[in-house]
Amino acid sequence: MYLLILLLPLLGSIFSGFFGRFLGHKGSSIISLACVFLSMLMSFIAFYEVGIMGLNQYITLSPWIEVGILKISWSFLFDSLTVTMLLVITIISSLVHLYSLEYMQEDPHLPRFLSFLEIFTFFMLVLVTADNLVQMFVGWEGVGLASYLLINFWFTRLAANQSAIKALVVNRIGDFGLSLGILTIFYIFQSVDYSIIFSLSPLFNNYYLNFGGIYIYGLTLIGIFLFIGAVGKSAQLGLHTWLPDAMEGPTPVSALIHAATMVTAGVFLLIRFSPLIEFSSTVLNILVIFGSLTAFFAGMSGIFQNDLKRVIAYSTCSQLGYMVFACGISCYNVSIFHLANHAFFKALLFLSAGSVIHALANEQDMRRMGSLIKFLPLTYSLMLIGSLALVGFPFLTGFYSKDFILELTQITLNNNLQDEHGSFACWLGNLSVFFTAFYSFRLIYLTFINSVNITRNNVLKSHEPSLIMLIPLIILGLGSIFFGYLGKDLFIGLGTDFWKSSIMILPTSSYYIEAEWLSVNLKWLPFVLSTLGVMLATGISTLKTHTYLYNNFYRSLCFLVNKKWYWDILYNRFLVYPILNFGYSVSFKNLDRGFIELIGPYGLSKLVPTWAQVFSKLQTGQLSHYLFFIVLGVCLFLMTIFNQVQLLIFYSVLVFFI
Amino acid sequence: MLIFVNSTSTSILLFLISVLGIFLNQKNILIMLMSLEMMFLSISFNLIFTSIYLDDVTGQIFSLLILTVAAAESSIGLAILVIYYRIRNVITVELMHLMKG
Repeated sequence: MYLLILLLPLLGSIFSGFFGRFLGHKGSSIISLACVFLSMLMSFIAFYEVGIMGLNQYITLSPWIEVGILKISWSFLFDSLTVTMLLVITIISSLVHLYSLEYMQEDPHLPRFLSFLEIFTFFMLVLVTADNLVQMFVGWEGVGLASYLLINFWFTRLAANQSAIKALVVNRIGDFGLSLGILTIFYIFQSVDYSIIFSLSPLFNNYYLNFGGIYIYGLTLIGIFLFIGAVGKSAQLGLHTWLPDAMEGPTPVSALIHAATMVTAGVFLLIRFSPLIEFSSTVLNILVIFGSLTAFFAGMSGIFQNDLKRVIAYSTCSQLGYMVFACGISCYNVSIFHLANHAFFKALLFLSAGSVIHALANEQDMRRMGSLIKFLPLTYSLMLIGSLALVGFPFLTGFYSKDFILELTQITLNNNLQDEHGSFACWLGNLSVFFTAFYSFRLIYLTFINSVNITRNNVLKSHEPSLIMLIPLIILGLGSIFFGYLGKDLFIGLGTDFWKSSIMILPTSSYYIEAEWLSVNLKWLPFVLSTLGVMLATGISTLKTHTYLYNNFYRSLCFLVNKKWYWDILYNRFLVYPILNFGYSVSFKNLDRGFIELIGPYGLSKLVPTWAQVFSKLQTGQLSHYLFFIVLGVCLFLMTIFNQVQLLIFYSVLVFFI
Repeated sequence: MLIFVNSTSTSILLFLISVLGIFLNQKNILIMLMSLEMMFLSISFNLIFTSIYLDDVTGQIFSLLILTVAAAESSIGLAILVIYYRIRNVITVELMHLMKG
């Protein structure tokens, strides 16, 4: 049954991909939907057995690579962390499958789309269920490939091609880091199996690598490499530029890739490697810094985006920052809890946005929407639920994880130990709560409540989606309301033994009990900030403040934020174009076609005739010249034969004399 | 000892002078042939001195042979020269560059 969870999406992908033309739209829809729903049902059972009953599963299929001490086998590990991810992936994936049946109904390539969605799900499942790093890397790369295929689904569009290439290439930078990490792990631990690495990592607490005379802490090095991998996949600051551009794919793809599965792979990697990075405070500090900067930057960038999907993409990026800095303050279980919750409400937001886009004939610009509350009341209420869950409205899903993360950062700021590396996360995290609330409600107002900006035709044609699209939305809405409350005690309850050995937190960096007795003012702070954000959004949207706000400073600020702080432009100008230029003018024109050709065939073939001409010019026809060469040759010959000092002097005198 | 050094130096000096004679002469091929003869002479001179010094008759036999060879060679060379002159009407060395590379 555990293997069927993985196998079914693969089968569905093969069937709808290779035989889609025979099965038709309906047949491939039924097959892929059945596969992914069965997989979901079985992952429920797996969650019950492994998570709640506590029966960890190890399944070894067959040996894969056996060279000397390197033994890698195809084997699967189902522990609490894995089954939580399984649950998230399969639920979101099946709902997205169901949703895209109608969303992509008029697309001629629906079987291909379903095949790609399903291969994506399969690779994601391989990623989370692997019990060694190399097999995990298969899933990791497969997910990147599937994201390329999915973003590039409408391959006739130039923008889709560009952003798919961007997504793949930027991810590849992180993948390079991850593969370096795998090599370092194998070098240090002589194994790539999780169980061996994690049980050995406390023993390597004092292990230093001698790298060219510099001593590097081994676990820190591994942690940094793994973090680079996570930066690429989870779109942390630095490699985040692919995520907003990846909105070029169809909306269900955005919901699947950028809400639930692909971007969470990086966070999953960090959580999976908690027994290793927990021992390196440097890596934890890096996680805190990068995570909180990402949360802040993405939250800030989201506030003046005008594309409906880009706003949600930036909020994804921001929430991923939360997850990463939650890992940085050693609260891995809160991080994975937030990941699960976030999957629900972000998929809800993306799919609702898809339903808005669907209703308005593929209009994505929020400035050309408005007052859809009259036309799409159900979508409005679902999107409101999603947004409230996102801003952490009390007793919705986001409240239980996001506010708890912020409380934990408050503990790191206010504790009596000398360990205050989390305070950075505290300030930036709380600020981004404010931004999150602002852009979520700006989205709600611009799309649903403000006065209408749509063309008359589109308004008249706008309609609520049919039941096939609504069912996933409603299920996700229910999930966004209840999942946090239901899962709270199981995942992050005080003293819960759900995670068992799949997550390791050092006792010195565990703050749960302190967080429960935080002062009330600090506990209220995120709620107050998000209320302020909502009020500000409401004020700007409803009170006709535009006339006051549109001064020069405000406009340039808007422009700066809208252009994502010029990250893309700076990257292009200082990184991409110089590298391309280097590739063309230096390595292609000067090295490959220049230098190497010059000392290679081209240069030699030029050189030989030239020198041959020179040598033939030596034969002048003058007898005395010939004689000179004869004497010179005899002298040189004698010099080499009788190489003695007197002779040398003698012949050099002779040569000079001549 | 002094005699040996002097005689060797003399023969080498003669040899070098004859080499120079070939080099520095760009005009007349007869002078080149004469320098060539002088080379042979210096070599056989050297051989004779060495054979006297080493008390060995082989050097003198060789020098006699060389004299013979030199005579034959100079006769052949002069014959070639005559034929050459008959064709070109000039024996200036500088103008002999038909075999230029």
